[in-house]
Amino acid sequence: MNTEQTALLMEAEDGASLWHDAWLRLKKNRAAVTGGVVLTVMVVLAILTPWIAPYGYEAQNLDLGATPPSAAHWLGTDIFGRDLLTQILYGGRISLAVGFIATAVALVIGVTWGAVAGYVGGRIDSVMMRFVDILYALPFMIFIILLMVVFGRNILLLFLAIGAVEWLTMARIMRTQVQSLRQQEFVEAAVSLGLPPSAIIFKHIIPNALGPIIVYTTLTIPSVMLLEAFLSFLGLGIQPPQTSWGLLISYGAETMEEYPWLLIFPGLALTITLFSLNFLGDGLRDALDVRGSKD
Amino acid sequence: MLRFIFWRLLQAIPVIFVVITATFFLVRSAPGGPFDSEKAVLPEVKRALEAQYKLDLPLHEQYIAYLGDLSNGDLGPSFKYPGRSVNEILGSGLPVTAELGLYALSFALLIGVLAGVFAALRPNTRQDYIPMGMAMIGICMPSFLLGPLLVLIFGIYLDWLPIAGWGDLPGDKILPSITLGSAYAAYIARLSRAGMLEILSQDYIRTARAKGLPEWRVVIQHALRGGLIPVIAFLGPAFAGLLAGSFVVETIFQIPGLGRFYVQAAFNRDYTMILGTTVFLSTLIVFFNLISDVIAAWLNPRLRAQFKGGA
Repeated sequence: MNTEQTALLMEAEDGASLWHDAWLRLKKNRAAVTGGVVLTVMVVLAILTPWIAPYGYEAQNLDLGATPPSAAHWLGTDIFGRDLLTQILYGGRISLAVGFIATAVALVIGVTWGAVAGYVGGRIDSVMMRFVDILYALPFMIFIILLMVVFGRNILLLFLAIGAVEWLTMARIMRTQVQSLRQQEFVEAAVSLGLPPSAIIFKHIIPNALGPIIVYTTLTIPSVMLLEAFLSFLGLGIQPPQTSWGLLISYGAETMEEYPWLLIFPGLALTITLFSLNFLGDGLRDALDVRGSKD
Repeated sequence: MLRFIFWRLLQAIPVIFVVITATFFLVRSAPGGPFDSEKAVLPEVKRALEAQYKLDLPLHEQYIAYLGDLSNGDLGPSFKYPGRSVNEILGSGLPVTAELGLYALSFALLIGVLAGVFAALRPNTRQDYIPMGMAMIGICMPSFLLGPLLVLIFGIYLDWLPIAGWGDLPGDKILPSITLGSAYAAYIARLSRAGMLEILSQDYIRTARAKGLPEWRVVIQHALRGGLIPVIAFLGPAFAGLLAGSFVVETIFQIPGLGRFYVQAAFNRDYTMILGTTVFLSTLIVFFNLISDVIAAWLNPRLRAQFKGGA
């Protein structure tokens, strides 16, 4: 028996928290740890972009034009002589922001909706969940495109539209959790103490349902980022002068024959990030022992 | 079984109705009329146009008129292509998209099921890790990146296959189908691996093995049927995804299908076209979800038994 297992056992005997257990399990999963590290680097880079980007976002050099990677421009330049690394950093800010913010929107709506439905139960529950069922059956890609067409292509709407799509699964997961939690004694105790339902839901139930929520959140972020990139690629998402990885890929695809690096590097940035998030999410799912939260 | 189908049909009707209603009012509430973007049109011409498209009526009457047209299967005229109806445009795009989707799905099923079953036979060995690692790449590599990369490699550098078009040059259907299908191949591989792993640990498989059946017969005759239920259940949602994917793939490869028409309509603000396409595609998607649910239920003996009593 190695030291880690001994440590695990001792912790278990001490009644150590689920979180500590999960952390130990997660640390052993190399793919998940790598994913977590890469992701952290990406996020830090995105936050620090205005200070660390090698060139200004608007800086052009039309005389230079598109050049392959070099010492001055590590990832080359685009047809306007803009530094590709700088573009990717700024694009990453937007792509990651969309991923995190839209997921947060989905999280808030989904968790609240599912918690209320699961807690209240009865007819209200079945009406609320039937509503979710109906929305589930809607073709959402089409609806997001429709929203972007009707209300103009602005980034705030993009957050809302994507968030509004992704909360459904969250609501279902949350409801199942709440239904099993509300049978437990500590909830009964809280009820008999006379706590209002809102306090019970937010203080007692949601913290105890965190595991599946965290896992599903981690797996929602990549699908949101993919959705954003998809829309931007079609020209229906992020609009210039802002940029995102999806938009950079779409520009890169237009000129890939002459300047393949303009396609390859933004593509790599997106793929690596999605990879990291998926590995981290899978690792968390195994570590927290959450079943059936994906697919 | 019949009762199950009936219930699912009953659920589908309000969904389609919600889609029609929501789309109609969304599109009508869009800022600016469909003729505002044109070069300055004379007021009387504009009025005549609006009358022709019934835009001068109050909104609820327009809605009722639209529902009436819809019940006759008429999706209305296109704003941007005068003289062409939405039905005609959809009719010309549908066969192309259907063919593309069929090839993509066949590719996805063939590769996905093979890889998944192969991986499930020797879990946690290299025979498992390699296909599952490739599946992860397939999931993380979006079609709008994979498509251009495939074009770059096979169309430009190697010059083996045409880079665009549909049915114009030999082999020009290969790259779009692979581009569209690969993500689904990846999902199907993961689903069929998980499904097969579960089934292969069941008692009746042990019985089959104990009878001395060769392994391939155990897998094909006994395990596949149950192990592929998750895949079948996935096909309904996959269909919706394939349609959405066709937006990108048809744009990349310049294929004259439904997806490209939809994206173009979105750019041109061709409201009737958007409305008609949304209604049409949504109905299709709801319908395919229904079919895949029914097939999955039919394949699953437990569910089947549950509904046999009532049917």
